[in-house]
Amino acid sequence: MAQAAVTPRFAIERAGPLLPAFTLWWREVVRFYRQPARVAGVILSPLLFWIVIGAGFGSSLQRGATGTGSFLNYFFPGALIMIVLFTSIFTMMSVIEDRNEGFLLSVMVAPVHRSGIVLGKVLGGTTLSTIQGLAFLIFAPMIGIRLGLDQLLLVALITFLTAFALTALGFAIAWRMESAQGFHAIINLFLIPLWLLSGALFPVHGAHGWLQVLMRINPLTYGMDALLLTMFPTTTPATLLPLWPSIAILAFFAAAVFIAGFMMANRRSTVPAA
Amino acid sequence: MATALENRIAPSVRNAAAVIQVENVRHSYGNRIALNGVSFEVFAGEIFALLGPNGSGKTTLFRILSTLMLPTWGRATVAGFDPATAPDEVRRRIGVVFQSPSVDIKLSAAENLWHQGHLYGLHGATLNDRIQQMLERVRLGDRANDRVETFSGGMRRRVELAKGLMHHPSVLLLDEPTTGLDPGARRDLWQYLQELRSREQVTIIVTTHLMEEAERCDRLAIMNAGQVVALGTPAQLRSQIGGDVIMLETNQPEELARRIQHKFRVAVTVMDTHVRMERREGHRFVTDLVEEFPGEIQSISVSKPTLEDVFIDRTGHRFWTEPAEASEQEEKR
Repeated sequence: MAQAAVTPRFAIERAGPLLPAFTLWWREVVRFYRQPARVAGVILSPLLFWIVIGAGFGSSLQRGATGTGSFLNYFFPGALIMIVLFTSIFTMMSVIEDRNEGFLLSVMVAPVHRSGIVLGKVLGGTTLSTIQGLAFLIFAPMIGIRLGLDQLLLVALITFLTAFALTALGFAIAWRMESAQGFHAIINLFLIPLWLLSGALFPVHGAHGWLQVLMRINPLTYGMDALLLTMFPTTTPATLLPLWPSIAILAFFAAAVFIAGFMMANRRSTVPAA
Repeated sequence: MATALENRIAPSVRNAAAVIQVENVRHSYGNRIALNGVSFEVFAGEIFALLGPNGSGKTTLFRILSTLMLPTWGRATVAGFDPATAPDEVRRRIGVVFQSPSVDIKLSAAENLWHQGHLYGLHGATLNDRIQQMLERVRLGDRANDRVETFSGGMRRRVELAKGLMHHPSVLLLDEPTTGLDPGARRDLWQYLQELRSREQVTIIVTTHLMEEAERCDRLAIMNAGQVVALGTPAQLRSQIGGDVIMLETNQPEELARRIQHKFRVAVTVMDTHVRMERREGHRFVTDLVEEFPGEIQSISVSKPTLEDVFIDRTGHRFWTEPAEASEQEEKR
């Protein structure tokens, strides 16, 4: 009797983190596309934002100041980054929902390496926001941006890395957060400025002293730069670093935030884990 | 592999059939003490209840046993492993059903189980068979592909239970499993738990604040203010009450209690406007009381002891305290 209780009844091989990561990723994606309002909101709102702000600012900015032609052109990668930012961060609101329901608890009591949990959640959000970001490229030809296959692949890579970094950031922020309201407060306080200071609205070189410093240390700036360099190769926009070093910084940032998220989820303490 | 595992099994479990051992576990959230030295054992194949009002510490204990939280002091073993030091070994052997629903209502019943199976390393044909088997067993075979959002509360609970049992756990932990269920669904669930115990020898530990549920268990621990105040089978606990329970209602409970105590040498408890005591041959004692204190007693009742009486006997207060009072006590702690 004692023996029966001690050995697991089902011959469970110690599953690696990949199967759990896959299943959490799958759930995240399926769940998203089963809520049409979420899908519509994410596609339509950045489009409106891009058209209204881009068109409004466009006429008041001098052509050529950004090295990419019109401001609407310059703002295109900025809008893409914004779509990725919003989708990434908002998908991680599901961490808070999952906690308020019992879903997160049921995952936490499973014999799953915590890296699998974080990877699954983050890749789920990353997939969604990469798709949304790349869907936005449909509008590129309308403003005269024509991308070759190699450029498209590069844009996809940069978008994926940006999405991964921001989703992991969203995960780390949401992990200890108890309410969606608190999460919104952080977004307004921290993430909107992160985007504003990434070069999405105005180039780094035009900014003033301290603002330029903030922009230089903002990892998102390098994602923005990488997109500019890929999308406008002939006009050579003024960026801080060349393409691949920019991508490297972005990748490093993504890895660092992911590890931070993992360490938070992996920590066991005398307060409830979820 | 087997020997490596055996070496990590607590020595005391190798011989005894205790599947869960809790040894002097204490826990505090900041200054608030939630568990104040709790010890008990649960044996293989038992249905064991943790009965207690809200704030008695049963959920805290549940979190510790299910590896979600480390205790601030003390030790527990679940299926031979310490949830604090070998969480994954414990996790592979326990199934957990939480009070808050963990099913994803946007997924179908089968998809929920498919997902759950993956978390436990099940896949392919084994997983598909298991999903089918579990859904049949909780009588949801015909609703496998319907989204859980279309299910009733009782059906959702059954999916929840199927989720917790996907990996054949040897220990099943349930936190207030019948919350929000109608009486019929509640009865079904208990019937199923009893079947599960007798057919598969699954050890079941369940937290509840419902006396009727605790009555259905093999043994129970009654908890109050972070401590176990009574431990045993329902019948054992009831028999510890000295005979019948007499409750009388009066305008001056303190005064009357003092006089009853003086005259009859019986232990009395004052609860609001009631005076409560335990006595053999309660019906005879009632006559004595009424004759001794004419006009002072507004109403009087005699009953066979229940688990609630055990609770009152051990704690000196009712199981259900007023919400305001309860939260006040919470703060003081």
